[in-house]
Parts: sequence; structure tokens; C-alpha cells
Amino acid sequence: MLHALAFYMFAAVLLASAVMVVAARNPVHAVLFLILCFFNAAGLFLLMGAEFVALILLIVYVGAVAVLFLFVVMMLNIDFRELKSGFEKYLPIGLAVGAVLAVELIAMAIGWQFDPQALASNPITNGMNVENTRALGRVLYTDYFYPFQVSGLILLVAMIGAITLTLRHRPDVRRQRTQEQLDRKIADVIDVQKIESGKGVL
Amino acid sequence: MTVGLSHFLVLAAILFTIGVLGIFVNRKNVIVILMSIELMLLAVNINFVAFSVFQHNLLGQVFAMTVLTVAAAEAAIGLAILVVYFRNRGSIAVKNINLMKG
Repeated sequence: MLHALAFYMFAAVLLASAVMVVAARNPVHAVLFLILCFFNAAGLFLLMGAEFVALILLIVYVGAVAVLFLFVVMMLNIDFRELKSGFEKYLPIGLAVGAVLAVELIAMAIGWQFDPQALASNPITNGMNVENTRALGRVLYTDYFYPFQVSGLILLVAMIGAITLTLRHRPDVRRQRTQEQLDRKIADVIDVQKIESGKGVL
Repeated sequence: MTVGLSHFLVLAAILFTIGVLGIFVNRKNVIVILMSIELMLLAVNINFVAFSVFQHNLLGQVFAMTVLTVAAAEAAIGLAILVVYFRNRGSIAVKNINLMKG
């Protein structure tokens, strides 16, 4: 009973804040509603017993992605009222397509059953009475080692891509040139002269 | 009144639809389109984790983490492109993004 109550609460707040992400006039509010969305999704994951994915969702999405969105929204000085102007115009066709898609997806979601054989042939089960994180760690670093490494590679490529995209060399700014500094020899910059006594330099 | 797999699947379906709707109604605002894509990926993740839990199979949770990784990478690259585009054009209106049309 409490389980169902928690599910309906999380689901209602999740859907309401998702609608607000789409409909909010101010994009900063949209990002904040997106954060609320992720918190409720994490609550649903916790409810299902997938603790590790729930907490990773919070760390990755709320801690990194949502902050990135907030950063960009606040950094770019954009007139968002002008961008919002087509909202009413596109709403009918959006609602029509959305209704068709929702009906199809929900019909798919409730009109099926598990094949008992498919359930019986599960390769990895979580029935060993260990907690979710430990069970996930056992398969993540052994059976699914290559997918795990590939996700690391994806993050590396994304990092390099984001840096090379946004890095900009402005010609009017004096920069430190490390190689030139390291290449300097004493003979290039200091000229030692023999000065006779009583005559001075000039 | 037990919560079964169908409840989570219907929830994910509605969430995905809201994401698609967001792309339709915010056709001029790239930032909200990116956020709608994040919503759709979240719906996919709910599906993966729900199937994983109700089938007692951990593969779904492993794949949900991969989806999470891809979503983070996509957001980073998308926002980087957005910043570069704003620097060049001074606006982020989708209507004006036609530099590569030739």
C-alpha cells in the first residue's frame, strides 16, 4: 500500500515537472523542473530496488548535466520570449502526434506478457541475496567489462570534443608560450662583456 | 493495488511522449529541445531499469548506465556546439541554423 502510494506520488510529480520543463516560459525554470524530474526518477529507481542507478542518476544528471544546462542558459544572453513565440502555433499538431504516440506506446506497454522460457533463460540473475550495488559491481567489471570501457571512451571523446569546440585563441590576448620559454638559452639573452677598469661601459 | 511492470512502462511511455511534444512545441529554442531529449532518454532509462528489476536480470541496469553516459556526452557536445554557434551568430534560433546547407 505504501509502496503504491510512493509510486503514484513520484510518478505524478515526475510527469507534472516534465510538462513544466516543456511549457515553462523561463528556461532557468525549465532547468530547475528538469532537476525535479531527475530527483523523482531517482526516487522511482530506489522504489524498484535499483539503488546504484538511482544515485548515479542523481550524480550524473543533477550534478553535471543540469548544472551544465544552467551554466549555458545563464551565460548566453538570449531573448527567450522571441524563441517561445511559436508555442501556440505548434501546440495542436504537437498534441495530435503526442496523443497518437502515447496511445500506441501505452497499448504496447499493457498488452503483452513474459514468455516463461525467456524468464527461465536469464543469464545473470540478482537472486544471490546481495545488495544491488555489489551485484552490479560483480558483473560490471567482469561480464560487461568492454561496454564499461567503451562508455569511458565515449566520455573521453565528448570531453575532447567539447574542449576543442569551445577553445578559442584570441589574437589580441598575449599568451604564455611554454615551448619558447623552455627553448631559451643563456647565450641568446645574456651578453657577457669584458669591461676595462676606469673606463666605464660607454 | 500492487505496482507492476505495466505501471512503470505506462509512466515511461507518457514521459517519452512529453519529450516528443516538447520538441514539437519548442521548435525555436535549442536548449529546451536538448532538455526534451534528456526527458526521452530518462523515459528509456526507466524502461530499462523496470525490465531489469522485474525480470531479475542486471543487464538492464548496466545498459541504463551506458545510456546515462551517452546522455551526458550528448548534452556536453550539444551545449558546446550551442556556445560556438551563439559566439558566431549572436542568436540560437533554430530557424537560422543553415550554415551547412551550402
